Amino acid sequence: MSEDNETIDEIQTLPLDAWHRRKGARMVPFAGYEMPIQYEGIVAEHNWTREQAGLFDVSHMGQLMVTGDKAAEELEKLLPGAIASLKPGRTRYSLLMAEDGGILDDLMVTNATPWIEADEEAGTEGHWGDPAYYLVVNGAMKWDDIGHLREHLDDDVTLTHMDEHALIALQGPNAATALNRVMRNVIDDMVFMDSVTHDFGEWPLRITRSGYTGEDGFEISVPAEHAESLADRLCAEIEVRPIGLGARDSLRLEAGLPLYGHDITEATDPVSADLLFALTKKRREEGGWMGHEAVAKVLAEGPKQKRVGLEIEGRMPAREGALVYSGDSQVGRVTSGGFSPTLERPIAMAYIDTELTQEGTELEVEVRNKRLSAKVATMPFVPNRYYRGK
Amino acid sequence: MARYFTDEHEWIDLEGDTATVGITDYAQGQLGDIVFVELPDVGTMVEKGKDAAVVESVKAASDVYAPLSGEVVEVNDGLEDDPALVNSSPEEDGWFFKMTVSDKSELEGLMDDKAYKSFCDGL
Repeated sequence: MSEDNETIDEIQTLPLDAWHRRKGARMVPFAGYEMPIQYEGIVAEHNWTREQAGLFDVSHMGQLMVTGDKAAEELEKLLPGAIASLKPGRTRYSLLMAEDGGILDDLMVTNATPWIEADEEAGTEGHWGDPAYYLVVNGAMKWDDIGHLREHLDDDVTLTHMDEHALIALQGPNAATALNRVMRNVIDDMVFMDSVTHDFGEWPLRITRSGYTGEDGFEISVPAEHAESLADRLCAEIEVRPIGLGARDSLRLEAGLPLYGHDITEATDPVSADLLFALTKKRREEGGWMGHEAVAKVLAEGPKQKRVGLEIEGRMPAREGALVYSGDSQVGRVTSGGFSPTLERPIAMAYIDTELTQEGTELEVEVRNKRLSAKVATMPFVPNRYYRGK
Repeated sequence: MARYFTDEHEWIDLEGDTATVGITDYAQGQLGDIVFVELPDVGTMVEKGKDAAVVESVKAASDVYAPLSGEVVEVNDGLEDDPALVNSSPEEDGWFFKMTVSDKSELEGLMDDKAYKSFCDGL
């Protein structure tokens, strides 16, 4: 989380800037924006999210809309997931791929094709409108992503940067309870990775049951001018407190979710990154997407290293960059690590030589010239609690 | 007993030739939740301004510099089991280590309570 992609020189502010400051946030530059790192403290905020519900301002992320008849087939040239078979109102995790098999960014893609109601006067039946795909990309990568998409998407497809929208995530076991009290009967039928539009009074919202904490929760896209009012409405609920970037990082680490720029980069491929679930089986075999050839080669030969979890003995955390050893030989490197407030022990993600990635393999991590005992662990470190229906 | 402060946010209690060292309330507030403190071994010779300890918060590791030169004679074992003492009682129970003071002239230029308070107010 410390370094950002330096595409913007001046630090900008987000729609909720003043709101965070009023809530007592400590603001730091992140991804080119002033963002709240914490309010009352990272551990308290982390635990609150695991037990109740946290509100996260993720407005720094890029919200893009790709529209046009050929939107799905054009996106499939750049993403390794099945986009054409993604049903309206469904969301999928995917990757923006480089020709050499590296990862340019990770993102969420939603089929946002609108349903047009029947119009008796005009004599039209209800039908699906123009194909539309809503993308949420990393804040630090959004300008590069937009450039990449503009360059490679066909001219018949329109790319819109929704930079007048804020994005608020509500995460935690009580997120649904709280949201239900604020707006009734909107999320009743939604399961993990469902996405709907909803007019909350005059505010047009897009609500997606997703997030990056491992908990049940929602991401709500809202016109920037209504972001403060929505954040106030949500935080008025007894279960909801604002949560900073610090806890967002420790929560996603416990959930085993990779952070772009650290655990996945242009130098890592999806096979080594253990993100094969983002590559639909059929598309993995048939290809037709940027980077397929390089990724197919890694698939066929097996990756040299793989991203795994490490549980570290003692209390001393191993951070990004720490080297991992098996005996005298260096066998890997930590890409993100810290102290897990839930497990009350240090955990990390690391790329390790594939033959040593079996669960329980005993390794050592070097921190300040000391060797710490570590064990390969399956991720997530803390079980995820996505809502998949009753 | 006299208490001194450094501009690196450490406090020093001087009693005879022995100094007790810790980090200030302001420092712990900036660091946030502390999850681990790496203390020097007893017998280590530390040098003013050089690394003496490391404080790990959830988010990051931060070096703590020796405020004076001397030998570490005792460390706070309580921090091993309960590093959060640095958050809850930074200027008492959360002390880091005790050391001999080899050169008392190094105390010159350190701040007293009042000077440190106005130093923090200016940050």
